[in-house]
Amino acid sequence: MLRQPLTRALALGSPTRLAPVTTRRYAEQAQAQPEKVEVFIDDQPVHVLPGTTVLQAAALAGVEIPRFCYHERLAVAGNCRMCLVEVEKSPKPVAACAMPVMKGMRVKTNSDLTKKAREGVMEFLLVNHPLDCPICDQGGECDLQDQSMAFGSDRSRFTDIHFSGKRAVEDKDVGPLIKTIMTRCIHCTRCIRFASEVAGVDDFGTTGRGTDMQVGTYVEKMLLSELSGNIIDLCPVGALTSKPYSFAARPWETRRIDSVDVLDPLGSNIVVATRTNEVLRILPRTNEEINEEWLSDKSRFACDGLKRQRLVTPMLKDSRGNLTPVEWEDAVVAAASALRDCPPDKILAVGGEMADAESLVALKDLVNRLGGENVCTEQYFPMEGAGTDLRSSYLLNTKIANVEDADFVLLIGTNVRFEAPLLNARIRKAFIHKETDVAFIGPKVDLTYEYMHVGDSASLVKDLASGTSGHEVMKRLQSAKRPVVILGADQLKTKEGAALLSYTQELASKLQENLQEKDWKVLNVLQRTTGQVAALDIGYKPGVGPVLASGPKLVYLLGADAGVVTREALPKDVTVIYQGHHGDQGASIADIVLPGAAYTEKRATYVNAEGRAQQTLPAVTPPGKAREDWKIIRALSEVCGEGLPYDNLDEVRSRLAEISPALVAYGNVQGNNYFAQALALAKSVQRPVSGKLDVQLKQLEDFFMTDPISRASPTMAKCVQAVLKQKQSPY
Amino acid sequence: MLSSLRTGAQGLWRISSRALQTSSTLQHDSLFVHRDTPEDNPSIPFEFSAPNQKRVEALLAIYPEGHKRGAMIPLLDLAQRQNGGWLPISAMHKVAEILNLPRMRVYEVATFYTMFIRKPIGKYHVQVCTTTPCWLRGSDAVLNAIKEATGCEVGGNSPCGKFSLSEVECLGACVNAPMVQVNDDYYEDLTVEDTKEIIEKLKKDEKPKAGPRSGRFASEPLGGLTSLTEEPKGPGFGVQDALKA
Repeated sequence: MLRQPLTRALALGSPTRLAPVTTRRYAEQAQAQPEKVEVFIDDQPVHVLPGTTVLQAAALAGVEIPRFCYHERLAVAGNCRMCLVEVEKSPKPVAACAMPVMKGMRVKTNSDLTKKAREGVMEFLLVNHPLDCPICDQGGECDLQDQSMAFGSDRSRFTDIHFSGKRAVEDKDVGPLIKTIMTRCIHCTRCIRFASEVAGVDDFGTTGRGTDMQVGTYVEKMLLSELSGNIIDLCPVGALTSKPYSFAARPWETRRIDSVDVLDPLGSNIVVATRTNEVLRILPRTNEEINEEWLSDKSRFACDGLKRQRLVTPMLKDSRGNLTPVEWEDAVVAAASALRDCPPDKILAVGGEMADAESLVALKDLVNRLGGENVCTEQYFPMEGAGTDLRSSYLLNTKIANVEDADFVLLIGTNVRFEAPLLNARIRKAFIHKETDVAFIGPKVDLTYEYMHVGDSASLVKDLASGTSGHEVMKRLQSAKRPVVILGADQLKTKEGAALLSYTQELASKLQENLQEKDWKVLNVLQRTTGQVAALDIGYKPGVGPVLASGPKLVYLLGADAGVVTREALPKDVTVIYQGHHGDQGASIADIVLPGAAYTEKRATYVNAEGRAQQTLPAVTPPGKAREDWKIIRALSEVCGEGLPYDNLDEVRSRLAEISPALVAYGNVQGNNYFAQALALAKSVQRPVSGKLDVQLKQLEDFFMTDPISRASPTMAKCVQAVLKQKQSPY
Repeated sequence: MLSSLRTGAQGLWRISSRALQTSSTLQHDSLFVHRDTPEDNPSIPFEFSAPNQKRVEALLAIYPEGHKRGAMIPLLDLAQRQNGGWLPISAMHKVAEILNLPRMRVYEVATFYTMFIRKPIGKYHVQVCTTTPCWLRGSDAVLNAIKEATGCEVGGNSPCGKFSLSEVECLGACVNAPMVQVNDDYYEDLTVEDTKEIIEKLKKDEKPKAGPRSGRFASEPLGGLTSLTEEPKGPGFGVQDALKA
């Protein structure tokens, strides 16, 4: 079965369709490169591979050809005609985006014919485009605006003085995230191609023909995708704009700060746009190794949750049991005396899902200095066998970008689509462009591509590991040259988790032994949260279960909002200190609340699921009396009389580097090894498994509200409502 | 002086027109978005009838595996014929289901082609050609006659619901202008009387004789042949002597 129409398959053969080769180690090493051909762009010779388009060759020569419909990550459509250039010996101008280079081709990108062609195209586009730039949200970052300045005519021939009206198209309702003003649409079809190729939701299309053609959904339908926000960035005009950001600001008024997303474990690179100490919107920042140039809807639109439900002042529980605002001094003294008075082995510190590495290390050092050892994370990870001693057992070892070079992907108990949307987009990319096949063990879910559903029983993994499975997947895995096995970290929470991990390790190492490429990594564990990897690196014990059972006297929650620590599970006389940025699960059970900073408000280190350390930068100041998290703990340590030996961020980071250099190697991933040793240690915990694998996020409505920030976001709440409403609709 | 008068008059007219007109006029007689109506909504089921089911299988068999979507237009046409000349949204959904395609891909095709009619239509769809050759030969009179006889407006249905009237571009029967197409049949070389007679017969559900009304068999000249009138020459005609056997 063809996975794409033939015309697209042809266009996709071009070498630059996939991510640039520099970032991908495994890209076509074995194949001999065909001979390069010489072409001339404005008389400047360039050597390119056959199959490259004129537009790409021009880009290599440093000449940018204007375009609307062409996008390097989408199939070539060739319908806007803005990229027309003159080619010597060609009778007509040629669409550069769709024209493959030929030997000795001489392209003129600045000739009179080219200029006239561009001017003509521009004029036609503007005839049917409203002149509403002053009220258009795209103003200032609009391709049409920019290109009409650069390539358009300097005067108008539009003489519709009788005002019979420009073409007008009715607006579509595609959900609470995307605002449509379809009259502005120039039919570049980028949104349609994105929805169908990358997002895997074929709901967009063109209806009608000629001057009445319109881009839309034909029936009233919400765009049910976790990546829908990207079509806002893709739209070259103001037809698709952000609904939450509508009429909020102009791009030149905002400050843009490079940062890192923390709402999913991938750590997508983002740009935070702020004005007057307020986060207005979040945009993706290109990073070929993680998110390319996409961003998931939660990461993009949950930023309005940063303004709501915030903890802005320290609070103490008063005599009536109500949390009342107090000064920092009182709160810190209260917290410090609680810490000091508690027997060290009765202190439980819990690192939360969005805790940064600096505050995690400070908290651990503090508890250790007080004599306690119970520093835990919320997410459980089996400690039998090698446990968290070997980094390779809890990371995404293949790395995100390499997944698209895989030829067989086995997903075990993880709904990648909602747990890590951009990893799923990579798998989908491999599925479509590279004929990669996917198999899935777990409940039936929609991953936007076809997969072999092996079943949902954990014993299937055991059978695969022992080689006794008669399933087709076994043969496919064994014959695969670059197999990838991804295990969802949620599956490790159960009693059978250790055995499941052990079987997965065994399966992966058996596959690895037979590989031609010895440095290809097979085993992957996909964590659910951003904080987990850094916490495990630093030496947190995964899971609070055993310590909770032993009855702690003091619980220090560092942004722990997942609800694993509850009042019911704690003894009556326990003191709960909550440090974090949102009034969520954790703060509601706390006796002392210390307001911290969210990820947009501090310079902090986050380690993503691959083990790649990245840092956020402060875009806004923390609200009210909130402070950076590691500084709160540092102050607390001073009052406790156990002053931590670092006074500024650099010193904290050198402490991080002492623990693991990987924690401060920003942007890099260190290669992981010791798979065999991990397996040898894990072999002892293998025992029969019989459970069913289930995933937490099954449907799109489950995806939007999963952490304190997105739970506080009105936009995310609207999304859940809209998705539930759409599910009632017959379309 | 004259021109300034004109500008002034236009200016006056423009003021009023601006106040009244807020958006451009619809440039097409059909909408390119779907609106649920009692006659056309996704809760009305559509199934291919048993004989059509066989046709569906035959149509699908034409296209190789992996290219079954090629059968989309024939299937939509079949659905339209089964449904009395128009294509409801549930039929599009059915076709999408058969071809295992996203529904949007079917909507795109169904809206692109003007011969797929997406709103309820009369039993007889009368399409009058008004392109230049037919227009020169009196298609306006034919059109008016049909309007009068059926009570249809162009692009609309008759009050009795039996007829629908469309003005169409060239249907490729220019030698027999003026002409109308009723469902699958061409009626050519029409006069106003012929047109009226056709409509009357259709009203009684009789089938009028299709083809030219001028007494011609097809598109031959009206007054008999003007060329190729002599006996056909036999084999070897015009060949030089030396080459004859």
